[in-house]
Amino acid sequence: MQPTSHAFKQNAKRAMVDTPLQESLRRLETGFTAARQAAADGLPEFEDLRDEARGIKNHVLEHLDLYLERFESRVTEKGGQVHWCETPRDARNAILEICRKVGARTVTKGKSMVAEEIALNPFLEENGIEPVETDLGEYIIQLADEPPSHIIGPAVHKTKDQVSDLFHEHHQKYGKTERIEEPEALVAEAREILRQKYFDADVGITGANFLIAETGSTVIVTNEGNGDLTQMLPRIHIVVASLEKIVPTLEDVSTILRVLARSATGQEMSVYTTFSTGPKRPEDLDGPDEFHVVLLDNGRSEMLGTELQELLRCIRCGACMNHCPVYHAVGGHTYGWVYPGPIGAALDPHLIGLEEARHLPNASTFCGRCEEVCPMRIPLPKIMRHWREQAFEHHVSPSPERFAIRLWAAIAKRPMLYHLGTRIAMAVLGRLGRRRGRFASLPLAGGWTGGRDLPAPEGRTFQAMWAARGGRTGR
Amino acid sequence: MSGRERILGNLKRSLGRDGLDVNAVAAVERRLASRNANLVPKRAARPHAEQVDLFIEKATALDITVARVGGLADVPGAISDYLAEHNLPSEIKMAPDPALDGVPWADRPMLKITRGRAEISDAVGVTPAFRAIAETGTLVTVSSADRPATLNFVPDDHVVVLNASQVIGTMEDMWAGLRADRGDGDMPRTVNMISGPSRTADIQLTLIKGAHGPRRLHIVLVDDGAA
Repeated sequence: MQPTSHAFKQNAKRAMVDTPLQESLRRLETGFTAARQAAADGLPEFEDLRDEARGIKNHVLEHLDLYLERFESRVTEKGGQVHWCETPRDARNAILEICRKVGARTVTKGKSMVAEEIALNPFLEENGIEPVETDLGEYIIQLADEPPSHIIGPAVHKTKDQVSDLFHEHHQKYGKTERIEEPEALVAEAREILRQKYFDADVGITGANFLIAETGSTVIVTNEGNGDLTQMLPRIHIVVASLEKIVPTLEDVSTILRVLARSATGQEMSVYTTFSTGPKRPEDLDGPDEFHVVLLDNGRSEMLGTELQELLRCIRCGACMNHCPVYHAVGGHTYGWVYPGPIGAALDPHLIGLEEARHLPNASTFCGRCEEVCPMRIPLPKIMRHWREQAFEHHVSPSPERFAIRLWAAIAKRPMLYHLGTRIAMAVLGRLGRRRGRFASLPLAGGWTGGRDLPAPEGRTFQAMWAARGGRTGR
Repeated sequence: MSGRERILGNLKRSLGRDGLDVNAVAAVERRLASRNANLVPKRAARPHAEQVDLFIEKATALDITVARVGGLADVPGAISDYLAEHNLPSEIKMAPDPALDGVPWADRPMLKITRGRAEISDAVGVTPAFRAIAETGTLVTVSSADRPATLNFVPDDHVVVLNASQVIGTMEDMWAGLRADRGDGDMPRTVNMISGPSRTADIQLTLIKGAHGPRRLHIVLVDDGAA
């Protein structure tokens, strides 16, 4: 997708007055956070498992090349094929070539963020191949021609009424002329329509939550079962995955599975955890004839050994956005690219460039909840701070902003000047605001006072009061 | 240079490793060869009979229904009861697995049984299980010539015939069993861990069962004396 991250501020303004969106976001805020907390409380070892999971991924990242080589040799032994792709373009072409070889007309797709990252659907359409999203959320946004707004609930921004309208509009051609409203009936209708498509598709494309070096298996974790139907019914199964999805052994996957679903939806296990190894065996009655793993780098190999390495531990559970006050206020589309929320704010500047994504690391209150709930303990605020520094140092931020930061830095570094300046400012503001006790607007701070009043200071700074009480104010 | 060489080259450069690093190779080999479990929650560490109880409790909480029967002889009756309870036709598609041959199906002549992979028209799939994990109430099936994985996903109703002796504590116990059966590193095409009937919450976070996979999941749990 074409990023709109540069327009974050305009996107956010629109989102905050979008009533159905705000309704959906409120639901998300209460639903997911409570469920995760209950799941974490229900397992005494949960915090220790997070440490173990982090340790597994750290070990993998230090040996990523070796594990990938082992993974590839296991896949090959089992009759599958690994396609190494440096760029989204390489990955799209690899997929197209596989599809062309079998003359594919339609492909069914399980949910995959990497497929979004490489913008696969429009590319397949341009090449005369119809992609059919089968995850219900992805199916809804494919009908709406929108990108996902959340990494595990792609259509979480849509209300039931909006889904009713979409189905009513797009299902007429299947003879479904009545507008239905109940979620149960909507799910049933999508099920009925997609069922035949699984059987008709020539190729099934899924993502992968994990790639296992020990066995050459790919793993998907879903609740609907769409990913399984996608990968078992067509002749060809293509897995598209980024290279950091590797874990060493079946035991290691088991450990990470114990924190994944709990962090994501609050389930102990998602309904379906499926391990796929190679194509069907000659004697098997079902399964695909071919098994391909399209392995995407897209700049990840450059993240190793840098401040960004820790981001490669991410298992895409969505907990960071489920707990983010900024995400709750503006929703996923505002971030303007595939990965929204705190993980997007930390990752997108690397993937689409800091120029495009420079607002994202600023879209944070630094409350730290994302890091608190991240099952892999990724220091997201620290990485956002890294991007803020980069934006300043490399002159990506506009000059007024950089001037203001430089001015602030100059004052903050000189305590005498700082104390004098704040004392004067407090005294002046205190006097001006004495009558009403607050300011409804202030010069240079219109953005802040636009949504709330600034309480008037009572005349003295904290430092001054602290000193008056005999506290230490410095050396 | 191929994409493979460039990516691996980039990785090695980023990791500050040029050429063959014997220590790194040894660390990876050690990790892959060790079958050591990481931290395993204590929840399922209990005698087998209690693991079976825990499994039933966990599975039931996941909207799986469980009918406990005394022996294989009771399986046809239990399946017929299930079909009747849900107003389903007396017709099942069953895995061609010899493990199900010991069931006296002829006791229920009205039950029409065909065997093979699932087709779009099949309403009820009947399969054996590989193991059942007490910790989370999860069923595990593995694919083979006798156990087509489509039976787990295509029919609206999935009925699993599970022996109590197949209930184990954890995922780690299950992997140990799979390795013992097949040898290290040899995985079947498909291993399915199934924790409930298919569900979705993609419309307004409302939980709906039967998204794409089975609408219902039913276990006939056979007390085979091991518990």
